[in-house]
Amino acid sequence: MAKRWTNTLTHADVTPRAAFLNRRQIMAGMAGLGLAGLAGQGRAETLEPNSFEEITNYNNFYEFGTGKEDPAQNAHRLTTEPWSVKIDGMVDRPGDYDFETIMSEMTVEERIYRLRCVEAWSMVVPWNGFELADLLALAGVQDGAKYVAFQTAYRPEEMPGTRFPVLDWPYREGLRLDEALHPLTIMATGIYGKPIPNQNGAPLRLVVPWKYGFKSIKSVVCITLTDSQPPTAWNMAIPNEYGFYSNVNPNVDHPRWSQATERRIGGGLFAKRQPTLMFNGYEEEVAGLYEGMDLTRNF
Amino acid sequence: MQQINSALRHVPIWLVYLLGVLPAPALLYAGVTGGLGVEPIEALEQRLGELALQFLIAGLAVTPLRRFTGLNLMRFRRAIGVLTFYYVCCHLLVWLLLDVQIPAQVWADILKRPYITIGMAAFVLLLPLALTSNNLAVRRLGPLRWRRLHRLVYPAAVLGGVHFVMLSKGFQIEPRLYLAAIVVLLALRLRLPGRGATRGAESRQARGRSRGESVHNPVGKASDAESAWSMRP
Repeated sequence: MAKRWTNTLTHADVTPRAAFLNRRQIMAGMAGLGLAGLAGQGRAETLEPNSFEEITNYNNFYEFGTGKEDPAQNAHRLTTEPWSVKIDGMVDRPGDYDFETIMSEMTVEERIYRLRCVEAWSMVVPWNGFELADLLALAGVQDGAKYVAFQTAYRPEEMPGTRFPVLDWPYREGLRLDEALHPLTIMATGIYGKPIPNQNGAPLRLVVPWKYGFKSIKSVVCITLTDSQPPTAWNMAIPNEYGFYSNVNPNVDHPRWSQATERRIGGGLFAKRQPTLMFNGYEEEVAGLYEGMDLTRNF
Repeated sequence: MQQINSALRHVPIWLVYLLGVLPAPALLYAGVTGGLGVEPIEALEQRLGELALQFLIAGLAVTPLRRFTGLNLMRFRRAIGVLTFYYVCCHLLVWLLLDVQIPAQVWADILKRPYITIGMAAFVLLLPLALTSNNLAVRRLGPLRWRRLHRLVYPAAVLGGVHFVMLSKGFQIEPRLYLAAIVVLLALRLRLPGRGATRGAESRQARGRSRGESVHNPVGKASDAESAWSMRP
């Protein structure tokens, strides 16, 4: 375990949580906490989470098969103990971070988020997790870093789906550093207060609620800080359909289907479609990240 | 094989229709009662589409099966064809009414999304075949025109297979197996260059045979047309 005490901030000894945050991250975190705190409360009241059964029986986790129920059926084969996350690249303290150690350092909280899949269905999930910014601060992000790359475990002996070349394994994802440090971005370790089931990305997975679900990479084993945009699995497979950003945007259609509406899981055979919200309803919190960018080109 | 063929002659056609029709209401019932998982609309749509392709492939297999194994399912081919169309219609209805729901969106999707354009094209090609899958139509059109018209099933089958491949995400095996089966069944019909004469004779012989067998079929003309059709590329 790397030492987390590196900065000389005076608040460090007053608020343990701030101890391993550098100045910039504290500022971003504070601003974010204020916004997310208020807005989060409002959402929590109006958003009715999907049932545990729905959340854990309708998954896209192609390492365990392409059917929606394949992960629920096959993911029990995944060994999640022991688990460590390799954090490397442009960090002060690269190394293998043991899952138990990470958990002992993090503050786990509940976040009720919308989840919008690029396939135009959606859920509401009560995640338990911690902010990615906190985990990155544990390793100490260096100044020149601009992007964060993630990798899912790749274990053909435990993952029957990886025997087929559905994607170029291992599954890879990436975020711009400011997206990664945004207070809405979390690493989830639980659902409904229980440890996150394997089919949902045990033992820890990314959750970026304003992006299409495939950005929220599951069962993370590697996090790399870089200064160039990392390759991502779906973008590598079909670049004209899946961009690096993949922000939920009802005005930019996927080439094969409209993104204007979505179907909420759990409505049964006669569920009505409902309009998709800009940035999946988190426009107030995240629109600033993309100011001046052409979101049709940077899809 | 002769024994199987003669046993098959006792299987009533209505039984094929009955058994063939049942999966759709069974799936609908499963969808309403939770048997299709937490997202029954997509599941129902997909299963019906797969059933359509399965019947389509079964229909395309009838001729090669007879030619290469001697198994004669010609009596059931019309039923298999009509059931294919039945599942295409069910699939289309679920897409229209349960999935897309918004009429303006339906038209936009047909025009804008190649895999939907292709799926709709396959449906349009199958429409005249379904309408002429009766003895009256065979008699009205005459065997030659009826046979030519029903060759539309070949492009329709390819479009159906391509539709399945195009709508899947990533490189998936299953849709490609369906398309491969369709392509192989069509390729078996191709006349190899230089073997035309032999095959022509074979074909005439087959036609003769089928005329001889027409006592088993109440409509001699239909049988003639169908078997002749089956021998053409």
